[in-house]
Amino acid sequence: MNELLGLSITQAAARLAAREISARELTLAHLDAMEAYRSLNAFITETPERALAMAEASDGRIGRGEAASLEGIPIGMKDLYCTADIPTTAGSRILAGFVPTYESTVSANLWDAGCVCLGKTNLDEFAMGSANVTSHHGHVTSPWTRAGDNAALVPGGSSGGSAAAVAARIAMAATGTDTGGSIRQPAAFTGIVGMKPTYGRCSRWGIVAFASSLDQAGPMTRTVADAALMLQAMAGFDSKDMTSADHEVPDWSGLLKADVRGLRIGIPKEYRVDAMPEEIERLWQRGAEWLRAAGAELVEVSLPHTRYALPTYYIIAPAEASSNLARYDGMRFGLREEAEDLTRTYMRSRAEGFGAEVQRRVLIGTYVLSAGYYDAYYVKAQKVRRRIAEDFSAVFERVDALLTPTAPSAPFRIGEKMDDPVAMYLNDVFTVPSSLAGLPGISVPAGLDGQGLPLGLQVLGRAWDEQTVLDVALALEEAAGFATLPYGLGEAP
Amino acid sequence: MSYRIAGGTGEWEIVVGLEVHAQVTTASKLFSGASTAFGGEPNTHVALLDAGLPGMLPVLNARAVEQAVTTGLGLDAQINLLSTFERKNYFYPDLPLGYQISQYQEPIVGRGALLLDLPDGGTKSVGITRLHLEADAGKSLHDRLADETLIDLNRCGVALMEIVSEPEIASPEEAVLYMRKLRTILRYLGTCDGDMEKGNLRCDANVSVRRVGERTLGTRCEIKNLNSMRFVARAIDHEARRQVDLIEAGGAVVQETRLFDSERGETRSMRSKEEAHDYRYFPDPDLLPVQLTQDYVDRLKASLPELPDTKRLRFMADYGLSAQDADALVAERATADYFEVTAKGRDAKLAANWVLNDLFGQLAASGRTIEQSPVAPAQLGALLDLIAEGTISGKIARDVFAAMAVDGGDPAAIVEAKGLRQVSDTSALEPIVDRLIEDNPAQVESCRKNPKAIGWFTGQVMKATGGKANPQLVGRLLAAKLPRAE
Repeated sequence: MNELLGLSITQAAARLAAREISARELTLAHLDAMEAYRSLNAFITETPERALAMAEASDGRIGRGEAASLEGIPIGMKDLYCTADIPTTAGSRILAGFVPTYESTVSANLWDAGCVCLGKTNLDEFAMGSANVTSHHGHVTSPWTRAGDNAALVPGGSSGGSAAAVAARIAMAATGTDTGGSIRQPAAFTGIVGMKPTYGRCSRWGIVAFASSLDQAGPMTRTVADAALMLQAMAGFDSKDMTSADHEVPDWSGLLKADVRGLRIGIPKEYRVDAMPEEIERLWQRGAEWLRAAGAELVEVSLPHTRYALPTYYIIAPAEASSNLARYDGMRFGLREEAEDLTRTYMRSRAEGFGAEVQRRVLIGTYVLSAGYYDAYYVKAQKVRRRIAEDFSAVFERVDALLTPTAPSAPFRIGEKMDDPVAMYLNDVFTVPSSLAGLPGISVPAGLDGQGLPLGLQVLGRAWDEQTVLDVALALEEAAGFATLPYGLGEAP
Repeated sequence: MSYRIAGGTGEWEIVVGLEVHAQVTTASKLFSGASTAFGGEPNTHVALLDAGLPGMLPVLNARAVEQAVTTGLGLDAQINLLSTFERKNYFYPDLPLGYQISQYQEPIVGRGALLLDLPDGGTKSVGITRLHLEADAGKSLHDRLADETLIDLNRCGVALMEIVSEPEIASPEEAVLYMRKLRTILRYLGTCDGDMEKGNLRCDANVSVRRVGERTLGTRCEIKNLNSMRFVARAIDHEARRQVDLIEAGGAVVQETRLFDSERGETRSMRSKEEAHDYRYFPDPDLLPVQLTQDYVDRLKASLPELPDTKRLRFMADYGLSAQDADALVAERATADYFEVTAKGRDAKLAANWVLNDLFGQLAASGRTIEQSPVAPAQLGALLDLIAEGTISGKIARDVFAAMAVDGGDPAAIVEAKGLRQVSDTSALEPIVDRLIEDNPAQVESCRKNPKAIGWFTGQVMKATGGKANPQLVGRLLAAKLPRAE
C-alpha cells in the first residue's frame, strides 16, 4: 500500500503544509486506489480529471500561502449531494441523466475548504437502507471479510460507498447523510469514524431529501480528529435552509481533547436488546471501563420510550419520503416512461424509476398519511417522537453523554436480511432514537468480533454539544487503539 | 335586500360562502426568490425550487407574512401568533413538487368580518372564517399545441391568500358586494392589486338552497374559479336555480365541485365528493412553524391606513357629504386621497362634485385611471380657488379644466394665456349693459311684465364678453338699470 494512503487528514495536512508532498501526489495515490478497488463499487461517478485539477489548484494555493483548512485533501462525496456539472443519482434510476446546475451548500463548503473531489459515492437508493444493497448502481462490497472466509459483506448503509471508500483508503474522508443511522452504522461496519451532528448544524440545501425532519449531513473519517476537522468545514448556518440553525460553530478541532475527567457518562439500560451478540455487550462494557479508567463517572440511565423509536421512525420517515419523492414524476428531469396518458406516464415512470425498497417506503408513507389513518399513525408517531426527545432531555440533565453500541450486530453477508425488511430495519435500533431527537452522535471503531470484523461504539450528546461527543469519542479512540486494516488491504497498490 | 327564488312548491332562499384567492402583492414568490411580475415569457420567472429540483428548499418570504397579517388586521380578524405550513399532496404537471405548500390546521389569520354597504344605505356584516397563505400552482396550456400540454411555471409558487367567508351571503348581489368590498380593502391595504383580469383575485362559491324559514343548511356545491364580478353573480344565480329545480323535481343535490361555463351561463359537474382527492396534509418539515410576536402585530396594526368604512363616516361627518358621494369617493383609496387634497381648505361639496362629475367624466372618456389623471389634485384645487376668488366663473372653469386635461398645466396660467379672467370691473361692464338697454326697448318693456325676461339681457352680456363677465355683477347692474316687473 502506498504509504500516503495510510495518512490521516491531520498528518497529510502537516506534510502538505511542509511541502513534503504535493496535493497532486496525494490525489494520484488515491486515484490509483480507486482503480484498484473498483470492485468494491464504492463510487457511482468517478471524477479523476476534476480531482487532479482541484489538486493542482490546491498546490497553487499552498504555494501562495493561501491554504484553507482541508487544502488538497481528497474526499468522496455521497451521491445524495447535488454537485454542479457532475451527475447526481441518489442511487436511483429515476434520476438517470440528471446533472445539477447547482452545488449543495455542504459540498460547496468543503470545496471552499480546499477538498479535492474524487467522485460521487454509492449509497442505498434515496438513502433508504442499512446495507447499501438497494442502489440502482449495484451493491457496495465492504473491504472487510470474515477471517478465513471470502464471502462479500455489506458495508452498512445508506452511506455504504462513503464508508467503503474511507475504510479501503480510497478517500481520506467522505461525506455521509444520516436519517436514522446512515452515517454511524456503516462507519461501525467498516471500522471508521462517522458523525451525525445536531439536526440543523449542517445545511440540507442541495442534498436530495429523504426525510426532511431527520436528514443531516456528517463526515466519515478514519480518526476522531479528522471528523472534527471535516465537520468544522461542513457546518454552519445557511439562510437557504429554514431548518438550519443560526448557532455559532465552535472550534471543535482546536478544542478537541481526550480528557473525560469529571464527565458523567450514561449507559441506557434499554439498549440491552434481546439477541444482541455477547461480543457487542462485552465491547460496550469495555468501552465503559475505558472511560471510567480515564476519569469519567459511569451512570446507568433509563430512556423508557426507546422501544417505540423504530416503529415511530418507520412512520415518520416514510411519511415525509412519500411526499419528498413526489417530485420524481418524469415530467421535468430524470427518467420518463411515456404511456398513453398522464396518469399512466406517472405510474410507469415511478414504477420503473424507483426500486423495491423505495416503493415500499412510499407506500407506507402514503398509507400513514391517508385520511382515516393519519391520526392513528402520523399524529401518534409525532407524539411518541416528542416523548423520545423528552427522555433524552431528562437524561441529559444528569449526564453529559451516553455510551451505546452503534449497531446490534456485526456486518453481515450481502444478500442476508434481504427478504425481511424488519430484520434489516433493526440495524438502526441504536441510532434511530437520537435521530428522532435531533441529537449529535458518533460511531468510533472500538474492536473486532470473533470473526475479525469491526464493531463500533456510539457516543450521544446534548443538542449543540458536539464538543463533548467528540472529546468522549477521542478518549475511546485512544483507549481502543483500533488500528486493524481491512483484510487484504496490505497487499494493495 | 331579500332574494327569493319562487319555486313551484314555494319560496327558496340561498346560502352562499365564498373562498377568495387573492394574490399577495410581493416582489418575489412565497418560498423562492423568483419574480412575481405578470406577463413574462413562459418559464422565465422560475427558481430551482419552483421547478421542483432535488434538494431545493423553501424559504418563507417575510413580506408575504406581513401582507397576510396586515390583511387580517384590515378584516378586523384574529391574528394567530403561531401558524404552520402543511403540504397538500397531489400529482399534476403544473405542480412540480407534487404538493402545494398551504396552511390547513393552523392558518395565520382566524375569525374576522367584512361590512357590506347595501344599496339602501344600510350595512350587513359577513363573517370571515379564516385567511391562510399558500403557494399558487403553475399554468397548464392545453390549447397551444394539438397533442401536448405545455407548462408555464411563472405563477408557480406565487403567494396567495385564501380568504374564506362564513355561509352568510344571501344573494348573488351580496356576493358581488362582498367581492367588491373585499377588493376595496385589499387595495387600500396594498396587499393585493385586486386585478381579476390577470387572475390576481378569483373566487370559489359554495352554494346551497333551502326553503324560506328553514334553519338547516342544504347540501352545497362548490363552483370553482370565478374570475369576474359578473360571473360571480351569474354562476350563483344559475346554480341556485338549478338546485331548486332539482329538488322540486324530486331529486337531491349531490355535494360536488362544479365549473361555470360563462358562454352558456351554466354550471357543470367537475368532480363528485367520492372523486375528491385525499390530499394527505401534513406539516411541511422543511418549514418551521411561523411564530409572530404581539409586538410585531401591534406595529403592523399601528401602520394600517384608514380603511374605507372609517373614511366613509369621516367624509360624511367632516365634509358634510352624502352617503352616496362618500361611498363613491372611498371606493378607491386613490380617489379618496385625490379628493382630500382637492378639498383641503376649500368647499368640500364643490370639490366632491368636481371629482365625481368632471374628473371622473374626463377619466372615463380618456380611459385613464385616477393615478394616470393629467390633472393633479393640487391643480384641480387651484382651479376651485379661481372660482372662489371670482377670477373665473364655474362655466369658464369647465373650459379651463378641459384645457388642463389635454395639456396639463396650471389653471391660473391657462386663464391668463387664454384671457379667460372674469370681468368684474363695473366700468367695463356698464357701457355694455347701457348699450343693450338702449338698443332693445322691446326687451326692456317685456321686463316690466315678466321678471324672467332679465335673463335675455344676462345672456347678451355674457355673449358680448365671451362668457367672462362676472355673473353676480352683471345681475346687480341689470337689476339696477332695468325696470322691475309690476
